[in-house]
Amino acid sequence: MSDAPSATTKQSPLHEAHLAAKGRMVPFAGYELPVQYAGLVAEHTAVRTAAGLFDVSHMGELELRGPGALGVVDRVVTNDAKKLVDGQAMYTCSCNERGTILDDLIVYRKGAEEWLVVCNASNREKMVAHFAAEAARSSGCDFVDASDRTALVALQGPKALSIAGRIGGEALAALGSFHFAEATLGGVKVLASRTGYTGEDGLEIFCAPEGAMQLWNALLEAGAPLGLVPAGLGARDTLRLEARLSLYGNEIDETTNPLEAGLAWVVKLDKGDFIGRDALVAVKQAGLARKLVGFEVTGKQIARHGYPLLDASGEVVGQCTSGSPAPTVGKNIGLGYLPAALAAIGTGFAVDCRGRKAEAVVVKTPFYKAS
Amino acid sequence: MSDVKTDRSYTKDHEWALSEGGTLKVGITRYAVEQLGDITLVNLDVKAGDTVDSGKAFGTIESVKTLSDLFSPVAGKVVAVNTSLDDRPELVNEDCWAAWMVEIEPSGEAEGLLDAAAYEALLASLDH
Repeated sequence: MSDAPSATTKQSPLHEAHLAAKGRMVPFAGYELPVQYAGLVAEHTAVRTAAGLFDVSHMGELELRGPGALGVVDRVVTNDAKKLVDGQAMYTCSCNERGTILDDLIVYRKGAEEWLVVCNASNREKMVAHFAAEAARSSGCDFVDASDRTALVALQGPKALSIAGRIGGEALAALGSFHFAEATLGGVKVLASRTGYTGEDGLEIFCAPEGAMQLWNALLEAGAPLGLVPAGLGARDTLRLEARLSLYGNEIDETTNPLEAGLAWVVKLDKGDFIGRDALVAVKQAGLARKLVGFEVTGKQIARHGYPLLDASGEVVGQCTSGSPAPTVGKNIGLGYLPAALAAIGTGFAVDCRGRKAEAVVVKTPFYKAS
Repeated sequence: MSDVKTDRSYTKDHEWALSEGGTLKVGITRYAVEQLGDITLVNLDVKAGDTVDSGKAFGTIESVKTLSDLFSPVAGKVVAVNTSLDDRPELVNEDCWAAWMVEIEPSGEAEGLLDAAAYEALLASLDH
């Protein structure tokens, strides 16, 4: 049911661990990664109630150093990098001159002249070229693509911090949201960040590829008594959807701008010039033609990526960007673009589920919020 | 893991066809269920009396993660559909060998179906 891995498919440093845990491996963004282990819903629920461990080593890690690094980062991203302090991170978009989205990123300020940017695996080449070009245009900024010498795991769920605390990460519980620190977990030197993509508390943990297996096994061993399980891409997708976190290629891409995607909170038009600013100012002044909304399908049907959204007269007025049964919410939910006039909470419309017309209603998001 | 029943025939799309007094009941195999994961919806697009063509979709089955077409293994007339799957799609997860979807009266000889041994060999070739 999935494409066979090609000769160029890369393996994560944790590949053997996935095979040992009977992960069902699928090609994803040029890597062979587990879509699930024991089962998507069980993994999803474990993250909501205890904890899950994800291998996200496919993500890209870009490093910028030097007195010019901040200037380059701030020009490339829509959020204000100048506001960060050492040890703090932020979510942001990166736009092109047209104001549409090249990628969504997390930017880490390790020091005034030392920055880390995490990008999507599917956009790695594009973002490497983009940052490299901007770095070359400025002075005093060294740029390196460190993706192949960086492993990344995400420990997510209400028990995540206590699990890290059992293997040397006691101090990490003091980290604020979107803050990070160096630590030694299970004997492995790591950078641990209080961030994630699940809507739960947790950590994203960077280490050298050589230490990744030791870290993975130490976390699983320490966490198993607390309910920690390895979790795959399938659960990652349903978890992020319930939390209304955008997925590049679904909600956001080079045809969408951050304002219509509901990401105005990471666009700082008054921060000074940045790539895409003029276009985004114009978008804001003109007003939004469409908006990304969350919806519930009221019947049994399941909305999926790409399904048309219909108004009361049956006209196609938008498109579903992501949809799934939501294991924690217990409903069939989705995200999609609708004309601004149909985007208000409570507005009814329909989803064309491969010829079956399913009633849907715009609802408040996130669909799920951790208590 | 994936088991195979010797009392029925199979398709390359991981469906089974069980002959019962001149009609064929059609369902999906354990391997298909494992690939899909937690099944949440069975959409049957046919009703009793409809004709179906061999290899043509008669419905879809959906899990949390994905969706898969259901193909008719033979040409013929639908004599029954399993409406209990409307409200209880999880029956397919619980016992895929019992949870038939449609019952078809074939209009001719079924062609290209695999026997249990051939299907087992197909599974073995997929298992790497």
